[in-house]
Amino acid sequence: MNWTFIVSLLWGLWGTVVLSGLTFLFGGIFGFIIAIARISPVPLISKATAVYIEFMQGLPLLVLMGLCFYGPGIFGYDSLTPLQAATFALTIYASAYLGEIWRGCLQSVAKPQWEAAECLGLTRWQRMRTIILPQALRIATPPTVGFMVQIIKNTSIASLVVGYAELSYNAKVINNSTFQPFLYFGIAALMYFAICYPLSVQSRALERKLNVANR
Amino acid sequence: MSPIVELKDVRKSFGSLEILKGVTFAVNKGEVAAIIGQSGSGKSTALRCMDRLETIQGGSMSICGHKLEDEKIDLKALRRDVGIVFQSYNLFPHLTVAENVMLAPRLVKGIKRAAARQIAEAVITKVGLREKMESYPEQLSGGQQQRVAIARSLAMEPKLMLFDEVTSALDPQLTGEVLRVMEQLAADGMTMILVTHEMGFARKVADRVIYMKDGKVHEMGPPAILKKPSTPELAAFISEAAEH
Amino acid sequence: MTYEFDFPAVMAYWPLLLEGIWTTLRLTFFCTVFGILIGAICAIIRTGGPAWARWMVGLYVEFIRNTPLLIQAYFLIFGIASMGVRLPILAGAVIALTVNIGAYTTEIVRAGIESINRGQLEAAECLGLSRFQTYIHVIIRPALERVYPALSSQYVLMMLASSILSSVGVEELFGISNRIQSDTYRNFEVFVVLGVLYLILAIVVRAGFSLLGLALFPRRRKLGTPL
Repeated sequence: MNWTFIVSLLWGLWGTVVLSGLTFLFGGIFGFIIAIARISPVPLISKATAVYIEFMQGLPLLVLMGLCFYGPGIFGYDSLTPLQAATFALTIYASAYLGEIWRGCLQSVAKPQWEAAECLGLTRWQRMRTIILPQALRIATPPTVGFMVQIIKNTSIASLVVGYAELSYNAKVINNSTFQPFLYFGIAALMYFAICYPLSVQSRALERKLNVANR
Repeated sequence: MSPIVELKDVRKSFGSLEILKGVTFAVNKGEVAAIIGQSGSGKSTALRCMDRLETIQGGSMSICGHKLEDEKIDLKALRRDVGIVFQSYNLFPHLTVAENVMLAPRLVKGIKRAAARQIAEAVITKVGLREKMESYPEQLSGGQQQRVAIARSLAMEPKLMLFDEVTSALDPQLTGEVLRVMEQLAADGMTMILVTHEMGFARKVADRVIYMKDGKVHEMGPPAILKKPSTPELAAFISEAAEH
Repeated sequence: MTYEFDFPAVMAYWPLLLEGIWTTLRLTFFCTVFGILIGAICAIIRTGGPAWARWMVGLYVEFIRNTPLLIQAYFLIFGIASMGVRLPILAGAVIALTVNIGAYTTEIVRAGIESINRGQLEAAECLGLSRFQTYIHVIIRPALERVYPALSSQYVLMMLASSILSSVGVEELFGISNRIQSDTYRNFEVFVVLGVLYLILAIVVRAGFSLLGLALFPRRRKLGTPL
């Protein structure tokens, strides 16, 4: 077991973390916008958003990556770096899924709450801010933490098509020269496991706590 | 002739909590016995023990010749002789009424589909639901589902039928149809033990009424005891029940 | 915009695309069959097996769900090759994808099994059914009917994810498109075409599962309501 290779894997892990963080940040912002748009009382907005979500959930991430990588060049912009293209694609992907998840959470804040807030004479935005959102936030935390795991796993796809140097990319490069797949892919797998598993456990724990609190 | 059901000083605990504290009674072939009492008196537990859904820790229990105090008994043979109907019917929701009734004869007795269907048809007709044979449980009312549950047990030709508060979960107007089926069963000579709150039914159909309190048989006798109880506790229970 | 789109150049490769689609569909089919088999068996173990077996299934499920499919595919396919075993590419892909989807299926089927009312198990027991008969007729059949929509969604997602296996040389739809890209250099057009094709495939596969569900579950067909 060569230490240079382990260091390379650790750098890859760092690349994974960076991409995951950027995705969660931008994906979160757009996801929120999408969630709000999805429940908009204006039928055009909500329908259009629904179509957008369906569309994005029906494409393989690899195809999205390719479109984001080669697209900008086609339309007269500078080519994107691998990180930029990967972030772009993953952001679109994450915002669609997070939008759906958060929409569900907003809507699952019991209808009586919406009605009670309405009766208090608050405007729609005031209702959202003071009553619905805080509750929706609690409900949204477990699945959002769970989805973080999906984001981290999906960063591996950035190693293909765009060639971003995250963990899977570095692991593949190492394997190409050492031909010790079980060892180095195994270590890479353990590294992914090490960051994903705690998040999965946390998500489940949060969900249990939430169910108890709701009783 | 020995009784078909004989309990002698039966004891049952759940962990450290003793529910049955020495239950003794016997039921003969063809008799209908009604077990009444407050919730917590142990009546449902006693019934469930009779079909080995729970094991007993003390005393002896003889059901259709099977000795339930033994550790190892022939469960399959016991369940062939005993049929039980539950408060929550427990029909299989993914099967039609006919398939629900046919399942056990086909799987347990190995009866071929066509013959099993004939048995099912006969027994479903008996409970008055022939036109619902191809319906699914969710399309039926509670009373109809309970009658199907009775038919499902009857299809296995048991020697003894147990009824665990089978009308308690039903709307009042639906209990009648179920009680009528049970009355007919009794008239046909089936040995029946029912845990019930239906005093009127017990008075009319039962040969023996067993009043349980605090895990023991407190008073036992012919239905007349419901009019003239010997113990004050039974009297109190009856008047309380009458108020509801 | 100075770029000139050239879709006809890409569409000229339609026989190749068709080949890729066929491979994707075959992959999806085999992985669905084996995936459900493995998932059902593991779910049964997880809900009623001995402690050590439950623990092992738990480990399997957690490991798969917390690592990327890409790494699993690399590990299995390059790993098997490194042992000197010569496996046809498609077989390796089926193995990797099945191992992956089996874990997700286990959790879905497990939820289905746990949703079965205990009362029905008692009723089955008292009717004289053996444990095995109860499992098949009273637990598994309704559990599968109940979770079938969730399973179908999962398997459509798997079909989309099969594109990842192009990285190990499988010539399914995505993999075969690499040839078109290297021939025509029309990368963007190829990706647009891929996008459209996958969307159509998703609709077709979803419809396929729907029809299959109606055929398998008469209750669903007749009543139209979920179990």
